[in-house]
Amino acid sequence: MIEERFDAIVIGAGMAGNAAAHTMASRGLKVLQLERGEYPGSKNVQGAILYADMVEKIIPNFREEAPLERHLVEQRFWMMGDRSHTAIQYRNDDFNEDKPNRYTIVRSQFDRWFSKEVQAQGAIVICETTVMELVSDAYGKVIGVRTDRRGGTIFADVVVLCEGVNGLLGTRAGLRPSPKPEHVALAVKEMHFLPRETIEARFNLHGDEGVVVEAAGVISKGMTGMGFVYTNKESISVGMGCLVSDFAENKDTPYGLLEAFKNHPSIKPLLEGSEVKEYAAHLIPEGGYNTIPELFGDGWVVCGDAAQLNNAIHREGSNLALTSGRLAGEAIFQIKSRKDAMTKQNLALYKKLLDDSFVMKDLKKYKDMPALLHANSQNYFLAYPQLVSKAMENFLRVDGTPKLDKEKATIGAFIKERKWSGLFGDAWKLARAWR
Amino acid sequence: MSLAARVEEKLYQNRYLVDAGKPHIAIRPHEKPSENLLAMTHICPAGCYSETSSGQVEITPDGCLECGTCRVLCEASGDITWNYPRGGFGVLFKFG
Ligand SMILES: Cc1cc2nc3c(=O)[nH]c(=O)nc-3n(C[C@H](O)[C@H](O)[C@H](O)COP(=O)(O)OP(=O)(O)OC[C@H]3O[C@@H](n4cnc5c(N)ncnc54)[C@H](O)[C@@H]3O)c2cc1C
Ligand code: SF4
Repeated sequence: MIEERFDAIVIGAGMAGNAAAHTMASRGLKVLQLERGEYPGSKNVQGAILYADMVEKIIPNFREEAPLERHLVEQRFWMMGDRSHTAIQYRNDDFNEDKPNRYTIVRSQFDRWFSKEVQAQGAIVICETTVMELVSDAYGKVIGVRTDRRGGTIFADVVVLCEGVNGLLGTRAGLRPSPKPEHVALAVKEMHFLPRETIEARFNLHGDEGVVVEAAGVISKGMTGMGFVYTNKESISVGMGCLVSDFAENKDTPYGLLEAFKNHPSIKPLLEGSEVKEYAAHLIPEGGYNTIPELFGDGWVVCGDAAQLNNAIHREGSNLALTSGRLAGEAIFQIKSRKDAMTKQNLALYKKLLDDSFVMKDLKKYKDMPALLHANSQNYFLAYPQLVSKAMENFLRVDGTPKLDKEKATIGAFIKERKWSGLFGDAWKLARAWR
Repeated sequence: MSLAARVEEKLYQNRYLVDAGKPHIAIRPHEKPSENLLAMTHICPAGCYSETSSGQVEITPDGCLECGTCRVLCEASGDITWNYPRGGFGVLFKFG
C-alpha cells in the first residue's frame, strides 16, 4: 500500500489520534494516520461536551473554525425519583465570555474538521482502513502495522495506539488486557431534532447559550449508571449508560432503559415533538486509575480511551484523550529531535509528561470511586434517590401534619432503609473516595 | 409494542454499509449457551443476539453498533470471536 517509512503511525482518528497526529505533523515529523471509518468520526460517539482549554493547546484559534454547537452557561444535576427529580442547578452569566470554557459539539462533525486540520499540517490520513495487527521484530519491538488493504505492512519508528476503548490491536498483541465488564459502561444515545427556538424556549437560552443535564437515580434501576440531556443548536443529545457487568446481571435492555428515561415525567416535556435521527451505542472506560495499563513500550505508546484515561466522575474523556495524544506527540518529537531510538526507556518520557499533567492527577484523586460506586450501586442509585424524593415530598406537601412529625417520618425512612451505621458508612466511604 | 420491535425502529434511523456475507462477529457452536452469552440477548443495544427455539443463541450482526459489549462479556471465555468490520463497512454515524 505505502512503501515509505514513517516517523510515526497513529491508529485511529478520534480525539487522541488527531491530537497526536497534529502535534507531531506540525513539528515536522512524517506521520501516517489510519482510520477504519469511512471518514474520521463515523465510528465515534460522545455526549458531547468539549473542553476548550485542551483543544486550544493544540489549535489556538479553534473557536473561529471548529464546528461548535452551544457554549455552556448552565449545568443541572438531577437526582431522579420515580416521578420526580431533585435538582442542583448552576447558571452563571460569566460563562457568556469571549472564550468560553465548554461547548457542546456533534462528534462526527468535529472529528471531520479536526482531521482536516491534521492533514493541513502534513500528516497522511487514510480512512476506510482497519489495522489488523501490530508488527514486531524478533526482539518484540513494535516496528509497524498490517492493514486490511492489499500491500501488506507499513513500517514506522513508533506506533501511537489511539484505537479507543474497544481497541483490538493492543490487547491482541498482549500489550494490555481487554477491559473487564465491571470497568466499562455501555452507553446508548439518540439525537433528537427540534427547531432552535423551541430548544431555546424550553431550556431558557439565548443565542448560542447551552445547558447540560446530568441525571442519576432510579433511572438506572440500581445499576451504576447515569443519564444525560445536552443541548445543541438544533438538536438534543439524550443518553443513558450503565456498567456492562450490571447490565449482564440485571438483564434490562439498554434501549428499554433509554425509553424509560425519555418517558420520565421530568424529561419527556423537554423532548416533546422531536424527530429522532440517530441511535448510537458505545463503551466508556470507567475503571479509572487502578485499571490504567502499561502506557508505553518498545516502539509503541497508548493514549486516550484505549489506555482507560477517562474520568467517569466528572464525565470527562475527550479532554484526557486530547491531552494524552498531545503529550505522546510531544514526547516522540523530543526523542526524535535528540536522534534517540523509540525504545521503552526513552518513551517513558510520555508517562512522565502525563504524570505531571491533570490527567493522572485527577484520575489518582478518584482512584477508589469506581469500585465504591459499583459495590454500593443499589444504595447510591436506587435507595437514596427514592428516599431523597420522599423527603422532598414530605417537606413540600402541606397536609396538616405537624412539621416535627414529618421530619421524624423522613429520618425514620432513611434509617429503616439503611440503618444509621450503613448511612454513616456510605457517606464516609463516599467522602474518602472523593478526597 | 415490544421493545424488540422498537430497537429495530431505532436502527432504521442509522446508516450502515453491510459487508454482505462477512459477519464480523461469530458465535462458537454450542448446545447450551453460557450465562453471559444468554445475557447478550438482553443487553446487546442493537438486539443482534437472539435465542432459537431449541435454546441456542444466534447472532445477526447487520445492525451492530460496534460497541464491543459482547466482546467484553463473551470473548475471553471463547463464546464468540469478535473483529471490526473491514475498513469503511459497518455502522456510519452521521452525528455520533
Ligand atoms: C455516550 C458517551 C458520552 C460521552 N460524553 C462525553 C462528554 O460529554 N465529554 C467528554 O469529554 N467525553 C465524553 N465521552 C468520552 C469520549 O467520547 C472519549 O473519552 C473519547 O472519544 C476518547 O477518544 P479516543 O481518541 O481515545 O477514542 P475514540 O474517539 O473512540 O477514537 C478511536 C478511533 O480509533 C479508530 N480505530 C479503532 N480501532 C482501529 C483499527 N484497528 N484500525 C483503524 N482505526 C481504528 C476508531 O474508528 C476511532 O475513530 C463520552 C463517551 C460516550 C460513549
Ligand atoms: S458489538 Fe455491541 S451492537 Fe454489536 S453485536 Fe456486540 S453488543 Fe451488539
